[in-house]
Amino acid sequence: MENNDKLIIGGHEFNSRFILGSGKYSLSLIKAAVENAGAEIITLAVRRANTKEHESILDHIPEGVTLLPNTSGARNAEEAVRIARLARELGCGNFVKIEIMRDTKYLLPDNAETIKATDILANEGFVVMPYMYPDLNTARDLVNAGAASVMPLASPIGSNKGLATRDFIQILIDEIDLPIIVDAGIGRPSQACEAMEMGAAAVMSNTALATAGDLPMMADAFRKAIEAGRQAYLSGLGRVLVRGASPSDTLTGFLRD
Amino acid sequence: MVKVNGDITSFDGKTVTELLAENGYDPKRVAVELNLDILPKSQYDSTVLKDGDSVEVVSFVGGG
Repeated sequence: MENNDKLIIGGHEFNSRFILGSGKYSLSLIKAAVENAGAEIITLAVRRANTKEHESILDHIPEGVTLLPNTSGARNAEEAVRIARLARELGCGNFVKIEIMRDTKYLLPDNAETIKATDILANEGFVVMPYMYPDLNTARDLVNAGAASVMPLASPIGSNKGLATRDFIQILIDEIDLPIIVDAGIGRPSQACEAMEMGAAAVMSNTALATAGDLPMMADAFRKAIEAGRQAYLSGLGRVLVRGASPSDTLTGFLRD
Repeated sequence: MVKVNGDITSFDGKTVTELLAENGYDPKRVAVELNLDILPKSQYDSTVLKDGDSVEVVSFVGGG
């Protein structure tokens, strides 16, 4: 892979295009997950501190990895802004993934509130990475609000169902001048690879690893798939014939007259 | 009464530093919100809690 192929988010450069989640698995697996994934960005959540649990997730994340706190739990822009400010006060940078959900059954993001929160937090100097339902108008509003990337969902959070919104993510990739990072619902390396072949800038995955039989091995599989998909995108995919066939060797017909 | 992470407590008259210490929170690993505003770490020692205050003490956990 060309080493000048950088992912740039809010002026920060990354070599890895695999953003790793840290939820729903043992803290003791985080280091191996990060290493096997080759991840340079890991997501975290902010919660009321537990007085009995003294082990911090921060002790398990290798040095140099960028922390991307999310605003999960927020039901509107105001709550997302509060969570983002608390995350920054925790002293680990100014990246934030905005995640706002009113709906607890399907966990779908509230695009309108997400635009509002993006506007406020971008003005406060955050590197804002909004999670959103893939809609071109919303994506344009997020760009205007100062987002550093756009993170459309592939399918509902935690579902492992893959690219249910494929065609709409493609529209964002084609029309939006920011990194499009496919987030939520990617269940298999092949789906991550497909997203990258489409031209996604990166893939974010958590549940696919957390529910895998061997988490570190699956992290490795995802890393390879994401790299392969990126390389395929950069090389330019071969065309598809609408009908018929095209020989891959020259037909000299030497057995004929 | 002072509300701390949703629970009613009797930290009235105590500082935020005392609240964190008595509850076993590591000040380096938490962030504090007092009545919806961030409380900078530099003000933990000097901020005395009073009746009706609402405090949130948060930290990072795993998430996607």
